[in-house]
Amino acid sequence: MKTTDLLIVGAGPAGLSAALAAAQAGVRALVIDENQRPGGQLFKQIHKFFGSGVHKAGTRGFRIGEQLLKETLEQNVEVQLGYPVYGLFPDGRAVCGSPEGAQEIRAKKIILATGANENNLCFEGSTLPGVMTAGAAQTMINLHHVLPGQRVVMIGSGNVGLIVAYQLLQAGAQVAAVVEAAPAIGGYGVHAGKLRRAGVPFYVSHTVHRAIGTDSVEGVELVKLDNFRKVDGTQLEIPCDTVCMAVGLTPMVELARLAGCEMTEIPALGGVVPMHDENMRTTNPDVYIAGDISGVEEASTAMEEGRLAGTAAAEALGALDAETAARLKDEIRRRMALLRSGEFGAKRQAAKETIVRRCEAFEAGRQEEGERA
Amino acid sequence: MSDMDRRVHAHPILDDLREPDTYIWYHDTKIPAVTGEPVAAALMASGIRVMRHTVKTGQPRGIFCGIGRCNDCKMVVDGVPNVRTCVTPVREGMRVETQQGLGAWRDEA
Ligand SMILES: Cc1cc2nc3c(=O)[nH]c(=O)nc-3n(C[C@H](O)[C@H](O)[C@H](O)COP(=O)(O)OP(=O)(O)OC[C@H]3O[C@@H](n4cnc5c(N)ncnc54)[C@H](O)[C@@H]3O)c2cc1C
Ligand code: FES
Repeated sequence: MKTTDLLIVGAGPAGLSAALAAAQAGVRALVIDENQRPGGQLFKQIHKFFGSGVHKAGTRGFRIGEQLLKETLEQNVEVQLGYPVYGLFPDGRAVCGSPEGAQEIRAKKIILATGANENNLCFEGSTLPGVMTAGAAQTMINLHHVLPGQRVVMIGSGNVGLIVAYQLLQAGAQVAAVVEAAPAIGGYGVHAGKLRRAGVPFYVSHTVHRAIGTDSVEGVELVKLDNFRKVDGTQLEIPCDTVCMAVGLTPMVELARLAGCEMTEIPALGGVVPMHDENMRTTNPDVYIAGDISGVEEASTAMEEGRLAGTAAAEALGALDAETAARLKDEIRRRMALLRSGEFGAKRQAAKETIVRRCEAFEAGRQEEGERA
Repeated sequence: MSDMDRRVHAHPILDDLREPDTYIWYHDTKIPAVTGEPVAAALMASGIRVMRHTVKTGQPRGIFCGIGRCNDCKMVVDGVPNVRTCVTPVREGMRVETQQGLGAWRDEA
């Protein structure tokens, strides 16, 4: 059995930032990721990020990832790649797969930064080869430099759909359509604008009725929606060899459930998430969360949450005195509030505050029960 | 089939594009590959999309998640069934076959 003061599951932007913050406070963390490459979703992002200077706005996602990884490794953080963590006990024992079989790790504190899973849609033909998640297409073009097809239909016009559609164009594919069930485009205007200027047609109030093909996709049939209901007789066929789904992300909370963390439903952030306080601590006092697992947002917020969780865990481990920790955490929270401003950000800010309020209410109830017992 | 080339050879941002420097076998066809890339990327670059056929109805499946989560991309690799090709790096001369149903180990087949 291996022991560590701080175990971090997930080497995406949140997990790496947490490890870095903890290391800077003098805590040596062990970071485990099932992937062979660190960086999580960040290495697929080749566009420039928004936000202010401290958030590396204007820098491309993968460059941010390279920088973060370099800084983390310089701090002698141990990063174990290719090890899926599949067990977590409420007392802090974790189990991961390794080439030698199951490996047990005992940690004093744990930070879960497992990210989110892509949602999918079911329709006739949705299992045909050529139908894939937007993330799969993005991985293929931006990491492996291979086109999944020549003519793509993108389902979903949130930021992921818009960005991946544009990146498919950059990689040399045609985008035959961006399809959106809602009456308006979901993502940022700048991303949609780039596609419009490239002549990509948008079909709002439409969805895929079915994918056509025998061994792989040869086209899709779209259908018009009236208030999200299919309108008969409005089918429209579009030839394509690839269909991408960008229909939202769901936080990957399985390990938090195993650790006995209380959950709460918050649709604005992707569904059910572990309750957490303003230090990113869950209702299991030894377990913290950061990044998309605590509600789907962006890489920039994931990094700040990682720093917050790493700092709070270092404080709990006694590596930071209360005053220093409070100063560091205040700085992080100020930057985070900046990221959660504006039309889209404010909604996320409100949802985040709801989670913290529910967590406080839960803890208060638990304390009351304890006093009565 | 192997004449198809879906590799990105020019890109406005990416500057680390690599050309094939090795090969794998897809059934009896030699497929160019880039050292270290996943098997699925090499197959996709040659236009191969069907990775396996399902157990009960024999329907085709191909890359879906691309990151090892969905199991749609399982194939028989060097005689071992149920290998997720999207997270398995290529090795020179590797033998990759379409998986039928649950797949069989080479010595069972
Ligand atoms: C297709 C797609 C496109 C996106 N595009 C953008 C974008 O353009 N801009 C943006 O800001 N955000 C984007 N996002 C959102 C993105 O999820 C966040 O920005 C950010 O990557 C979240 O960071 P994270 O560290 O929480 O999770 P991730 O980056 O997802 O990292 C989680 C890590 O945990 C590992 N992991 C999970 N479970 C386990 C386990 N059990 N054992 C071991 N390791 C595990 C995973 O392998 C992964 O490396 C996109 C997401 C997707 C899916
Ligand atoms: S494509 Fe999903 S596991 Fe490989």
